[in-house]
Amino acid sequence: MRLLETFQLSMKNIFANKVRTFLTMLGIIIGVTAVIIIVGLGDALKQYVTSNFAEMGTNTLNVSISGRGSTRSVSVDELYDFVHENPDYLDAVSPIVSLSNVKIERDSLDDTSASGVGEDYLNMKGYSLQMGRELQYSDITNRSKICVIGNYVSQTYYNGSALGQTIRINGTPLTIVGVLEQISDEMEEGGSDDAIFTPYSTAAQISGTNTFNSYLMTVVDENEATTSKNLVETYLYGNFEDEDAYRVNSMSELLDTLTGTINVMVNVLAIIAGISLLVGGIGIMNIMLISVTERTREIGIRKALGAKERFIMQQFVIEASTTSALGGILGILLGYLLSSVATIIITNMLGEPLAISPSASAILISFSISVGIGILFGYLPAKKASQLNPIDALRYD
Amino acid sequence: MSTLIEFQNVCKLYQMGDTTIAAANEISLQINRGEFVAIVGQSGSGKSTLMNMIGCLDVPTTGKYLLDGQDVGQMSKNELATTRNRMLGFIFQQYHLLPKLTVLENVEIPLMYAGMSKAERRNLAVKELTRVGLQDKLGNKPNQLSGGQQQRVSIARALAGAPAVILADEPTGALDSKTGREVLEMLQDLHKAGNTVVLITHDNAIALQADRIIRLEDGIIIYDGPSSAPEAIVPSPLAKAEQGVQDALT
Repeated sequence: MRLLETFQLSMKNIFANKVRTFLTMLGIIIGVTAVIIIVGLGDALKQYVTSNFAEMGTNTLNVSISGRGSTRSVSVDELYDFVHENPDYLDAVSPIVSLSNVKIERDSLDDTSASGVGEDYLNMKGYSLQMGRELQYSDITNRSKICVIGNYVSQTYYNGSALGQTIRINGTPLTIVGVLEQISDEMEEGGSDDAIFTPYSTAAQISGTNTFNSYLMTVVDENEATTSKNLVETYLYGNFEDEDAYRVNSMSELLDTLTGTINVMVNVLAIIAGISLLVGGIGIMNIMLISVTERTREIGIRKALGAKERFIMQQFVIEASTTSALGGILGILLGYLLSSVATIIITNMLGEPLAISPSASAILISFSISVGIGILFGYLPAKKASQLNPIDALRYD
Repeated sequence: MSTLIEFQNVCKLYQMGDTTIAAANEISLQINRGEFVAIVGQSGSGKSTLMNMIGCLDVPTTGKYLLDGQDVGQMSKNELATTRNRMLGFIFQQYHLLPKLTVLENVEIPLMYAGMSKAERRNLAVKELTRVGLQDKLGNKPNQLSGGQQQRVSIARALAGAPAVILADEPTGALDSKTGREVLEMLQDLHKAGNTVVLITHDNAIALQADRIIRLEDGIIIYDGPSSAPEAIVPSPLAKAEQGVQDALT
């Protein structure tokens, strides 16, 4: 008797009791669906976070200095020197001075980010110029009243011909000398393209300060971000001798932490969903035990006609695993369906595309687990069935 | 004529609490190839135990059972299953057909366990069902047939594997007398065609259809001889007394 025939026999029995089979499978269906959606959601979330970080640059360190009274400080020049002394780890540095109160003619640009930066800043961020020129070293030393603007500002206020026009920040007029290429996929108010960059010396003058608290650094190798970060921290500690006087954030480190957290979350949720698979398996075992009792006479007849224990065993194990495999397949289909529904809902909520696609590994693993559970939990009832005494089984009503 | 079934001092003991009951007590008998034997006895006489042992559904506690020279007592469960499949054709009182399968599929079951290919066993099953006159009921489910027809399906199933022994356990018990007679005629025909038939019954009238009667009482053979002898159908004094008590009670 071939395996295929045993399989056909099982299918017949499974479909003879459609409602019961479906209810039995429900646990497996829910479990597989949950695993697929959760893993898919986790993957989508990681991708979303990673791409957002990539936009910010994972090769950057953000240094913020709160200082420690007026006795100790670190100057812009000192930091520039420090970066140049460590070319193996650090690439470039730029102070960042935040500005507000931006006006074009009479319009207030409240959501536009305006900042004073060094001449390397735009390169460090990987921004490229669409027209005009970049900020130059001489602009820093001369405190030139100039600025480079993002594409959104150029399109929105100047229809793309912004060069030579004037923007006022805190009342100081700045001449637009350059316009950047579009940075993010979609230009929007408050986004990366809605920005104005001016020399940091000019910005310091505008805001009436001469201390620089915020710096952007780029590292040579983003895999060495932690080493580079430690280097900067050691240097700053040497200056301040107080760990609270400064903070260095590495974007790639932050990204690692975030994806790590997402991973843990997804794993915990997947395990909880996996428990539903286990419960589903117990449901299958329960039904199989009932089925063995119901079919005692059939088992007796089959044994009297020459069925070996192995055949009876096979029949019940295959029936259980086919039930759970069918549940697994339905779960995968439902998982696909709900994933695309969730994609639409979340994309609408975020206003950004976030595609939840069931991963091949999640499908494969949850499917094989459900089949495995069928075999595992089908084994006990099958064993019971195969060991029935044919005489007792024939007499059973 | 060669010996097909041979019991040598076979005992079958059951433990019931503290007491041991001998359902078969030192039974020795021989059945030859081609014989038509009826095993007769009241309920509790041990005839079911004897049938189970002949049918390889059960093994002796002590003693030897040789089926076609093979010692059944020494067989593993798998060997017992194979022996049932190859050597024995069962006809049960309750037909014991699988209700979810068609008539044809029911007859195919023993052939399937014998490892026959699908086409081969289909052919054979159709042939056997034609022999019992059910060629136009192949696709029916058992519950769509009359009792007599169901019993004929079970006869076809018993014959399909060309067994050495046809074992009929009260084959007419659930049938009216007319269909019962038809089934018995069928068994007669099988015997005439050279098959070995063992019929188990409590009914003397039915037992008389066989050539030889083995009468059991309390696990002991009290008569073994031709059915034509007058003592074959005469119950023992003990059985008579029991029957008297039973009649009085009912």
